[in-house]
Amino acid sequence: MAMSFEWPWQYRFPPFFTLQPNVDTRQKQLAAWCSLVLSFCRLHKQSSMTVMEAQESPLFNNVKLQRKLPVESIQIVLEELRKKGNLEWLDKNKSSFLIMWRRPEEWGKLIYQWVSRSGQNNSVFTLYELTNGEDTEDEGLACCLSHLPAISCHISILSWLLAPSSVPFN
Amino acid sequence: MIFQFRQHHLLKRLSFPHCMFLIKFDAGTLLLSTHRLIWRDQKNKCCMAIPLSHIVFIEEQAAGIGKSAKIGVHLHPAHPTKEPGPFQSSKNSYIKLSFKEHGQIEFYRRLSEEMTQRRWENIPPGRVRAAGIVGIERKLEEKRKTDENISEAFEDLSKLMIKAKEMAVLSKSIANKIKEKQGDITEDETIRVKSYLLSMGIANPVTRETYGSGTQYRMQLAKQLAGILQVCCLVNLARGMELLSPEGDLVNACKMLEALKLPPRLWVFDRGVMVIELQSHKEEEMVASALETVSEKGSLTSEEFAKLLGMSVLLAKERLLLAEKMGHLCRDDSVEGLRFYPNLFMTQS
Repeated sequence: MAMSFEWPWQYRFPPFFTLQPNVDTRQKQLAAWCSLVLSFCRLHKQSSMTVMEAQESPLFNNVKLQRKLPVESIQIVLEELRKKGNLEWLDKNKSSFLIMWRRPEEWGKLIYQWVSRSGQNNSVFTLYELTNGEDTEDEGLACCLSHLPAISCHISILSWLLAPSSVPFN
Repeated sequence: MIFQFRQHHLLKRLSFPHCMFLIKFDAGTLLLSTHRLIWRDQKNKCCMAIPLSHIVFIEEQAAGIGKSAKIGVHLHPAHPTKEPGPFQSSKNSYIKLSFKEHGQIEFYRRLSEEMTQRRWENIPPGRVRAAGIVGIERKLEEKRKTDENISEAFEDLSKLMIKAKEMAVLSKSIANKIKEKQGDITEDETIRVKSYLLSMGIANPVTRETYGSGTQYRMQLAKQLAGILQVCCLVNLARGMELLSPEGDLVNACKMLEALKLPPRLWVFDRGVMVIELQSHKEEEMVASALETVSEKGSLTSEEFAKLLGMSVLLAKERLLLAEKMGHLCRDDSVEGLRFYPNLFMTQS
């Protein structure tokens, strides 16, 4: 699995593993890191991680290049992801986190659209049905939904759906 | 010295700043300054003053039996705009200063002196608060300082004139080089230009003439006006003298332009702005060359860079850091050391 993953060019660029002092450069760097973390976790179906694991994971540790992103910089990347809504800390100590390569509102939107299309508004159905139902016309969606990572993620999505402001988007 | 002052001799022309309700004006202190006659009562509740300019003449009245020595002070008619005094009106045009104890002779002598010298005419009031020696000394000191400033200014002016001549010679040689494309302007010459510009005052000691065909230069100059004016102000501020005028310098700069036949862009900037231009150009060049060198080699440490260009490691590091600050390079900081790379974060998508 890891082999099929295509690393971005930055991953082979040693400065990528040093937090850049120049503000503009840093911005680009962090954006690249966020994007990498999300695509990595998506492919590996990794929904949660501890910081310890992250340090040793090939994600932040390029063995071939002999470079690894220091833990303080990892924290900064994670904080960026949190700000963007792609990450939630699972504990107060910030030792483990939930990674959501698709944000809850994005999921919510997809589900809502699917539900609208399949005419199942105002009917009750279970999550199981949602992810495994035979009459899911949009197999793409079903496939995606089956990848829904953790229960807490589901709950986030549902709470988002149930929130009054969740109804139609652009 | 304690003097007394009889109330019924007071006239409306006295200014009366502090005391509104006092009726008696005895038992007080009389003071003399270069500008005024001041009376202050013993309890310091009341203070009055009369300008010496209001006095026509004074006369002595010797003491007698039962009579104290006095000075009669005859005054000009009161000015209509005069501030209200202790009394609304009086039928007399004089006041009498009554010396109950002693001091009349001395006071008369001093007052006569002041009346003769009329110093209040030379010094604007308010400047000399203290009577006598202290005030005089202060005045002398001020005058001395002013003189010093003026002579310093002229000293600088002559120094500037000399520099300006040197500058003209230097700039002519640079102009020739550019014209004949003979060799590069050396670093030394650049530095000299910079230093002259920095220290230069009046650009050209020659008097003004009209420059008929300078219209095209004027147009270019107009574009740079804001910058020059700003610099001129700053330079003037720094110098603390009004030797430089944007108008004068612009005219001179134009003349120089014409004389040297240089493109306006190079010489329009005055003094500090030119230096800044030179400086930033130099910086840009350095950074561009650093980037080129690093790109050629893929990546470089400060030591490698220093060795390549034959400069000190410290200077090499400065240059690399500058290039990083400007976004042309980025760093790789690891156990292997600090390396600089071209900033692909910005250049590559």
